[in-house]
Amino acid sequence: MNQFVSLTFEGIANGAVYAALGLSLVIVYQATRVVNFAQPALALIAAYTAHTVIRATGSYWLGFASAVAAGTLLGVLTERLLLRRVQDRSPLNAVILTLGLLLALRGLAGMVWGNLQHSFPPPMSFRDLEAVPISPEELFALASVALVAAALFVLHRFTPLGLRMRAAALRPESARLSGVRVGLVLTAGWGIASAIGALAGMLAVPPLLSPTVLDAVFVYGIAAAVLGGLDNPFGALAGGLVIGVGLSYVSGYVGSELTTLAALAILVVVLSLRPAGLFSRATVRKV
Amino acid sequence: MTDTPLLQIENLSTHYGAVQALRSVDLTVHAGEICAVLGANGAGKTTLLRTVSGLQPAAPGSRVRVGGVDVTRSPAEDMVRHGLAHVPEGGGVIVELTVEENLRLGGLWRRDRRDRARALDEVYALFPPLAERRRRPAGTLSGGERQMLAIGRALMARPRVLLLDEPSLGLAPLVTRQIMRLLHDLRERTGLTVVLVEQNAASALSVTDHGVVLSQGAVVARGSSAELLADDRMRHAYLGF
Repeated sequence: MNQFVSLTFEGIANGAVYAALGLSLVIVYQATRVVNFAQPALALIAAYTAHTVIRATGSYWLGFASAVAAGTLLGVLTERLLLRRVQDRSPLNAVILTLGLLLALRGLAGMVWGNLQHSFPPPMSFRDLEAVPISPEELFALASVALVAAALFVLHRFTPLGLRMRAAALRPESARLSGVRVGLVLTAGWGIASAIGALAGMLAVPPLLSPTVLDAVFVYGIAAAVLGGLDNPFGALAGGLVIGVGLSYVSGYVGSELTTLAALAILVVVLSLRPAGLFSRATVRKV
Repeated sequence: MTDTPLLQIENLSTHYGAVQALRSVDLTVHAGEICAVLGANGAGKTTLLRTVSGLQPAAPGSRVRVGGVDVTRSPAEDMVRHGLAHVPEGGGVIVELTVEENLRLGGLWRRDRRDRARALDEVYALFPPLAERRRRPAGTLSGGERQMLAIGRALMARPRVLLLDEPSLGLAPLVTRQIMRLLHDLRERTGLTVVLVEQNAASALSVTDHGVVLSQGAVVARGSSAELLADDRMRHAYLGF
């Protein structure tokens, strides 16, 4: 029973990280119909930025802030300098561009910071409390992702920028005729998405940072997004938690070597039952 | 009427690839006028509006002025800032958003928050059915209500010129008459200037002051609404009634 409880909490905390990565993919997909395969590389550069800042200043939180800032900036630059050039072409061009960027940035990280592992601090370094089944790091992951999701919901639903983002994603031409600067809104979306990706990176990297550290996490993040339906932010959150908890049980009860396989199995089962994802609106839209 | 025309279109041409869709169209509309753009399917009526509002690029040598300001090369998202609102074919209502979100979107670019709220109240007063359904998704509205919503969203921008693309499309004759009467009332009360694209020439000419007839992207006739209605040859050849 005790193992079940702690596996559940561990799964939820990991799931929150997958959910954050999934969320960053969904935001970009909703706006541009592009799966941003460069997302883990953007998060990786953000984490290396944090690493450098933490080394220089000794402050984890300064590093954290610089990671989020670097993530935002990288997202904005990626959209402005690269994606904008191919936006009127086939979506495949954009996808290949993001794949290329993934490889280039990962290579760059290795050249600048080295391919060796660096130690990377977790956000909280308290000792685990015996009475509580959740560690402070897990709690922080869960709370920060919940906070970001809530902020994103408020932004989308209740702010003028959110209304512009939804209009630009749903019907760009109507949005433009209403005076929405669709290009700027897209850039803002990439910035926000990439900031959330950087947060996910900061949560996923510890204890060791290397150029390939986010690859596995990214696979689970994509799985989360696809599972929930690529066009639904809440789907990504739910998908992340399902993957996180599911994988936690598999590694706890069956064996940790089977987790990747289990992620694929979950994906295959869900997608064969609901091809557009658990919570996709695509089916509703057809009516 | 003022000396400078509110909307001045000169030598407007555009191409879809190799096909020339507009051939040096001239059109002048003064403040407070309602102007009809008539013609058969494919004559270039929709293209005319899309080129004026910047959705379709104008060929070199074209010129569009709103209130004397050259807007020929302005991007579509700046047109509302120049006082020009375009209701596209079908209305362009965003069905996933609520009625009120659609309306608020139309006024979002304006800084004056108080006046935005006032404009919203005015649109609801103009279209009571929209007020009753303000929290419902726009996709649940009937065709006539959607057209009201599309016009309401454009009015939220407090435009000087309204470009209206086939508001009667797919609507019952009674609803079409309501919309035509509404345009007439709006002009009387607020001095709104309207460019009305219509396939249904008889219904359009009932509210317009003057108009042009397009065929194959060029103006083939122009005149007051009474003149256009009286010209039998024109009516048979291009207007189909």
